[in-house]
Amino acid sequence: MAIIRFRERPFLRSPWSEFERMRHDMDALLRTMNEVGGRDESMVYPLLNIFEDNDHIYVHGEVPGVLPEDLNVSVESETLIIKGERKTCNEVEDASWHRREIQCGTFSRAISLPTKVNTDQVEARVVDGILTVTIAKADEVKPRQVEIKVG
Amino acid sequence: MSEKELQVQPKHEVRQGSESTKPEKQFVPAVDIFETEKAVTVVAEMPGVAKAGIEVSLEDGVLTLVGERHNGIEKGTPLLREYETGRYVRKFTVSETIDQEHVKATMVNGMLTLVLPKLPPVKPRRIEVKAG
Repeated sequence: MAIIRFRERPFLRSPWSEFERMRHDMDALLRTMNEVGGRDESMVYPLLNIFEDNDHIYVHGEVPGVLPEDLNVSVESETLIIKGERKTCNEVEDASWHRREIQCGTFSRAISLPTKVNTDQVEARVVDGILTVTIAKADEVKPRQVEIKVG
Repeated sequence: MSEKELQVQPKHEVRQGSESTKPEKQFVPAVDIFETEKAVTVVAEMPGVAKAGIEVSLEDGVLTLVGERHNGIEKGTPLLREYETGRYVRKFTVSETIDQEHVKATMVNGMLTLVLPKLPPVKPRRIEVKAG
């Protein structure tokens, strides 16, 4: 049983302190939710990691067991669309199943890209079950080095 | 799209007594295991793992699957991170008698397939009791 010290009983101090404590706890809860591994939750398959450098945007997605011919990647203005189907369902006759955790089915995901892109220069490849889409940024958003003149 | 849509399966971290020395996360790969008359087949999802990164061992009835991701996939500054990366580790206790000499492992598109052929069951020997 938790022992509550007499002076810590909030309602004896002020009727509002309990609300204050709740607000404080709620803030703390929200803070921890944002910090979980620095991961941005999404529940749409496939999960994506996006990186950028000066000239390109790199989109990575984990698509194990998806054949390259079953993947369809397209870029429309600033939206990247990844569609595909995973046909890896293991169907075996006369087999007794011990575990069945791997799913199969179709997927489709659209994500808006952070900058303007050059839709002519898009490359997609699948290596060991990881899809990598390399998209060139549009010329106007590439950082331009400004020369500093003396004099 | 009449077929089933794929759902995101969250990655689960390995919970174990000992920690790995490398500061790398370890995940449990999703598996399919089925058994036929001849063999037990294990299929594991290991995206980002090449053939060389696979380590499979069968010792004292414990099957261990380890997959090391190869580096250099990701470059640049991260903008969005929805999935985490790390090694894949999973262990199973195999109760069937396995022909260890003929275990076959293949790695295609981030899917590890392991065929463990079963040994024919040893015939029970009848011992006759002689009345003497």
